[in-house]
Amino acid sequence: MAGIVSAGAYIPLWRLDLGALGSGGRGERAIANFDEDSLTMGVAAGINCLGNIDRRTLDGLFFATSTSPYKEKQISVIAAKALALRDNILTADFANSLRAGTTALKLAADAVDAGSARQIMVIAADSRLPMPGSDFDSLFGDGAAAVIVGRENVCLNIKDSVSIADEILDLWRTDQDKYVRSWEGRFTLDEGYFRVLPAAVSKLLERSNLTAKDFSKAVFYGPDDRRHRDMARRLGLEPAQVQAPLFGAVGDTGTAFALMLLAAAAEEVKPGDRVLLANYGSGADALLLEGVGKFETNHSIKALVDSKRVLKDYVTYLRWRGLVEMVTGRRRPPTLSPSASSLWRERDKNLALCGVRCLECGTPQWPPQHVCCNCHATEKFEPYRFSDKKARLYTYSIDEMTPTLDPPYVIAVVDFEGGGRIWLNMTDKDEKELRLEMPVALTFRKLFTQDGIHDYFWKCMPERTVKGG
Amino acid sequence: MQSIKDRVAIIGMGCAKFGERWDAGREELVMEACTEAFADARIKAEEIQAAWLGSFVTSQGGQALAPTLKRRIPVTRVENACSSGTDAFRNAAYAVASGVYDLVIAVGVEKLKDFGFSGLPPTDPRPTSVVDPEQPPPTYFAMMINRYMRAYGIDYDRAKRALALVAVSSHHNGSLNPKAHFQREVSLETVLNAPMICKPLGLYDCCGVSDGCAAAILTRPEIARRYRDDYVLVKGMGICSGDAYAQLRSDWDFIHFEENLVAAKQAFAEAGIANPREEIDMAEIHDCFTVNHLITMEDLGISPRGKSIEDIEAGFFKLDGGFPVNTDGGLKCFGHPIGASGLRMIYEVYKQLQGRAGPRQLKKIRRGLTHNVGGGLGVSTAAIAIFGREE
Repeated sequence: MAGIVSAGAYIPLWRLDLGALGSGGRGERAIANFDEDSLTMGVAAGINCLGNIDRRTLDGLFFATSTSPYKEKQISVIAAKALALRDNILTADFANSLRAGTTALKLAADAVDAGSARQIMVIAADSRLPMPGSDFDSLFGDGAAAVIVGRENVCLNIKDSVSIADEILDLWRTDQDKYVRSWEGRFTLDEGYFRVLPAAVSKLLERSNLTAKDFSKAVFYGPDDRRHRDMARRLGLEPAQVQAPLFGAVGDTGTAFALMLLAAAAEEVKPGDRVLLANYGSGADALLLEGVGKFETNHSIKALVDSKRVLKDYVTYLRWRGLVEMVTGRRRPPTLSPSASSLWRERDKNLALCGVRCLECGTPQWPPQHVCCNCHATEKFEPYRFSDKKARLYTYSIDEMTPTLDPPYVIAVVDFEGGGRIWLNMTDKDEKELRLEMPVALTFRKLFTQDGIHDYFWKCMPERTVKGG
Repeated sequence: MQSIKDRVAIIGMGCAKFGERWDAGREELVMEACTEAFADARIKAEEIQAAWLGSFVTSQGGQALAPTLKRRIPVTRVENACSSGTDAFRNAAYAVASGVYDLVIAVGVEKLKDFGFSGLPPTDPRPTSVVDPEQPPPTYFAMMINRYMRAYGIDYDRAKRALALVAVSSHHNGSLNPKAHFQREVSLETVLNAPMICKPLGLYDCCGVSDGCAAAILTRPEIARRYRDDYVLVKGMGICSGDAYAQLRSDWDFIHFEENLVAAKQAFAEAGIANPREEIDMAEIHDCFTVNHLITMEDLGISPRGKSIEDIEAGFFKLDGGFPVNTDGGLKCFGHPIGASGLRMIYEVYKQLQGRAGPRQLKKIRRGLTHNVGGGLGVSTAAIAIFGREE
């Protein structure tokens, strides 16, 4: 029986103080930095989910999001490259519904049960853009989650699932829309969320002869805190059974929401525990999971929630989203466009941060070389990936002049445990806290977008400090 | 290998007024420098047999020179980052030393101030993946001084002040030079309180972005005697391009340039110099940023490792100090039109050796050195040249 082998999440470092919206709101919501999008956050969640699992054992990667950076071009294949998965794997993007994550999970489980794959990673990520000033502006959050579905070393068995397809215009975006549209809330809730999600859950309970009381944890989508509590009551769940939905701290992370809470629930699951997973969007999915083991988490959800920097300046947020145009620095020539053929030739180097190690003297080097920088051996290298190595800051510069949406522009010279050095941009930083030799972590980011090309690459960042996590 | 020592003579030089030359294009800058050089050598343009043209972004092929002078001669355009001018001079020197030519010109020219922005224009049009961090030059020197302070236990305030002293000294020398970009004295307080560019580098730690041109007429010493008695001889030259050690090798310390060491070794060997602090009397060094002054004096062996800061504090490199550096104002105040800078440095050393440096004239000058380094950490070209009179 297929089940969940591992789970991990990613919540961006930055939170928007809801007080900054000027509408009397309290609390925060998670916001992607200017160099993050659903793909980069999904990769971060994928890294957290992988932990020590051998990435070569994954036979597939499903990426679910309603906010793909490309309308035509698969992003699961970019994520697979960034995660350094094998090439002979099944990749697919699941899109256009907040339910896409659980649908991908169900299909991954079906593929594993059918024997066509041993393990598949399912990533769900979203960074939906709320219309500034709308109700969504204090509700939406950015984030990602990932699970690995397999048959061995399973933590949560996927025992059964029910799906309902339901046609309704409740929340939508056309192919031209920047912001989420919605119909009147009384209609969308009564005839959508509150009708269809319980129907899927009822069907699942009926089929497995269970009641709400039989679950130790229930994980389900909700558009806001109040509706989430209403749903718990309708499903007959006690508050203690409900996985806390993180409103006011992270927000409605859309496609990532259900899987992020599942990752949180999985941290505490014990053998025999039943977990209900229910999701909504153009219908509903309900899944019955049962604990069979425990897994290690790299970054607990609590740690990710707790490690944060709070942005109180709404204009900066709007600039990060490209909604306000302001000068970003001194007058400089325009950014060069990346070359598609160069990006293709360098895909392992750029997306997987793959360099080489000299077969003669063992020196790791990035980018790949023809002649060893140390012993001058020629064309005697093996591939060597830097993206998951421990690293420290050798030196840096804090440049006040180079245009960036997150000034100042920091270049870091990063030395890797085991050897090797790479010059990288630093992000999610507080330049006042930079110290020589401090540990840094690597993070997959979008450098910029030019002429329709999103240029993805790695940056470094100070290790996220985790308080009480 | 043969040494270049005493085999090449400079018989004339010219240098345009450096600065934001809104009034001048590359042709006007070339004419200013070349006209002065021809007059100084007492030759006609028609006598020049071949030319080497150092330029970073200002010429395609020989277009900045041959059409301007209306000479139908071999022109070799040399691009070698901040060492372009010195490398043009070097190739011209080797050509006359070989005997293939008797009288040649080396010109360095750069017109930077028509681009419409501060800083340098993009110089490599090759499409790439555009994933490497943008690396404006001040960032290199900030990265270096951060390590330098740690390596030698120097606190921030002391380093910041030493760098400011370099700027103050350069501004003083620039104030004595009518061709310099910046000709005003600045106070230590002004430098210390200037806006930050790239910590700890403030505005006055950075050289000017300038337009300019300089030119040298080269021949062999036996021919030089026909033109003038006070010709200046090449004593040694060294040049080296980095092999990306800064990017690749985690054992590189960010407090020296490997290229400097290789180039200096070649140049000192050719010139027969064992102790540069004693045997060289002045230097024009590549002070694009004040940090580079600190680094270069140690790389050249003028100051012991970690001690150039003490020499700076003691005023050793000032115009009236024991080892005057950048007597014409340096890149910092004379300005830095990339391809012209090497030849501008040679111009100052030439004038000093001839005793024609006006209010900046030093006493007892036997040998002077010029130094460039540029192109990016680990991938720079360093060029060093040593000059003297007939011994």
